[in-house]
Amino acid sequence: MKLTTALGAIAVATLMAGSAQAVDFNGAGASFPAPVYQSWGAKYKEKTGNALNYQSIGSGGGQNQIINRTVDFGASDAVMPSEKLASAKLLQFPTVIGSVVATVNLEGVETKKLKLTGAILADIYLGKITKWDDAAITKLNPDIKLPSQAVVPVYRSDSSGTTAIFTGYLNEVSADWKSKVGSATSVQWPVGAGAKGNEGVTGTVKNTKGGIGYVEYIYASANNLVVTQLQNKAGKFVAPEVAGFQAAAASADWKGAKDFAASMINAPAENAWPIVSPTYVLLPKDPKNIEASRETMKFFLWAYTKEGAEIAEKLHYIPLPADVVKQVEEAFKAEIKTPDGKPVL
Amino acid sequence: MDATMDTRGGGQIEPITKAKATGAVSDPIFIALLWASGIFVLLLLGLIIAQLFMGGLPALQHFGLDFIWTANWNPVTENYGALVMIYGTLFSAVIAVVVALPLSFGIAFFLTEICPQAFKRPIGVAVQLLAAVPSIIYGMWGFFVIVPLMAAYVQPPLIETLGQVPILGLLFSGPPLGSGMLTAGLILAVMILPFITAMFVETLESVPPMLKESAYGVGGTTYEVYKNVSIPYGRTAMVGAIMLGLGRALGETMAVTFVIGNATRLSASLFAPGATIASTIANEFPEAPIGSLKLTSLLQLGFILFVISFIVLALSRALVRSRLD
Repeated sequence: MKLTTALGAIAVATLMAGSAQAVDFNGAGASFPAPVYQSWGAKYKEKTGNALNYQSIGSGGGQNQIINRTVDFGASDAVMPSEKLASAKLLQFPTVIGSVVATVNLEGVETKKLKLTGAILADIYLGKITKWDDAAITKLNPDIKLPSQAVVPVYRSDSSGTTAIFTGYLNEVSADWKSKVGSATSVQWPVGAGAKGNEGVTGTVKNTKGGIGYVEYIYASANNLVVTQLQNKAGKFVAPEVAGFQAAAASADWKGAKDFAASMINAPAENAWPIVSPTYVLLPKDPKNIEASRETMKFFLWAYTKEGAEIAEKLHYIPLPADVVKQVEEAFKAEIKTPDGKPVL
Repeated sequence: MDATMDTRGGGQIEPITKAKATGAVSDPIFIALLWASGIFVLLLLGLIIAQLFMGGLPALQHFGLDFIWTANWNPVTENYGALVMIYGTLFSAVIAVVVALPLSFGIAFFLTEICPQAFKRPIGVAVQLLAAVPSIIYGMWGFFVIVPLMAAYVQPPLIETLGQVPILGLLFSGPPLGSGMLTAGLILAVMILPFITAMFVETLESVPPMLKESAYGVGGTTYEVYKNVSIPYGRTAMVGAIMLGLGRALGETMAVTFVIGNATRLSASLFAPGATIASTIANEFPEAPIGSLKLTSLLQLGFILFVISFIVLALSRALVRSRLD
């Protein structure tokens, strides 16, 4: 009798311990959101005891790993096509929004002063504009004395989501670019030099007089790079600032977009920064590890709260608009199911 | 020593008939293990080659043999060719050997003939330490130190002077980016220098002193002895050393990726950014989805690099052998 009670007590204790036991969940993919995922992960572990292991291996790697189900979630900057999502049984949802800026190395040019347009950027990277005192640039910048120096375009040599976003923008603003080069995580650049990673592009631009490159905004602001203004779709010249990224994010058509693949490149809003894009997470709709899948969803729902948003903003990421968060939560409940068809969350 | 053994054995020597033939069992086992080790290497190499070839086969089937001489690498249109990378790999490796060779000759001869004993060790160790520096460090050093130096002081004057000469000027044309073929070749030269030097030193030290002394005795200068005695004596081994250096330069990845400029365009200029097979694989691999044409093309590139390395090695063997005959 006594023994049974004792056993019962142990069983109850084990059960309780079981429910309170830490659930570790694994993610892999894009390097662009890695800093914020890791900061979120650290804070989340402090709060709940559940640890996130995130490996920053690149968007392509993230897609590969989640298709093979070797991780609990994959992360990708590039949108996965609908057919591929369907065949791999994945739910795609955005987490934070990032932006890409242009950085230059020109004597006497201060940050956020030089005005460029998308068409000029495309012509620079097509090799059509080769001097900084080209009429197209001087016309926009009557107050800046531009040298008769060679323009040296610098690009990311490693294939990256940043390149996909940047070339996606050039595709939008230049028909010539679209037909000659196109958009992908790496492309065949007609001119210029390639450097590895944001730090490689920054270093090469800094080394090269007359250099121009593109980097993620979080990287540019953390390193105080000389960035340029860009003309947006509304025709206004805007400097890369958080308000402009938010305006672009808010103007995107999230409701109409399938798989949350809302485009905010060259957004029409009055003060929108033109090169803005969300980064995505891919979650299996038929999770093998139900616990980890539930924890992943809980984690991101927490990350969308005020507490998570503050961490993201401190690292210069733009949190998602509130109505998009609601859509994501609905998608979680409707789409992620256990084998017997019940919602995981 | 003998005394101790005697005491341990109690002063008595055991009769030989009691000894066991332990080797009868252990020796075959040992020999079998040795065989296994040898076969293992062959098997491993064979499997790697087979795996690379099978992995790259879809690319070869898709593009045909044109893959090898197409100067196109376009991930957007999924059109891939290996010519730019093959050219970049060979070009940068040849620059490296051309730069490293005279230096290695100089260091090796200095160490074996001229150097006072007191300096011999420090210089020898310094050369060996060059080999111990991880390649990523060379990459960072190249990127942060050599590339700005090239862009500021080396390339602009060369472009303005030699770059204006017809035909030869092609080698020195283009904007002074700092990165490019020449910079990659220079970094590679520093990286292969210790290997070539070490083998040269070994070769020169094996030259019989009598030969050298005789040469000095008939009135040869230091240079003449080096040129007519030491080098001919060690020529075969030296060719082997150069080929090994070349082999290492062909496959170097990280350091090259940092400084070569990573452009998939064909250019004759020493200053133009280019790409090698290894740097392209390092750059593109993370974003190459499983089953994509890009991944198979990268594997095919890997196979081509393997073949190039194999040819270089075979060539060095053949050269060495022909000299021996």
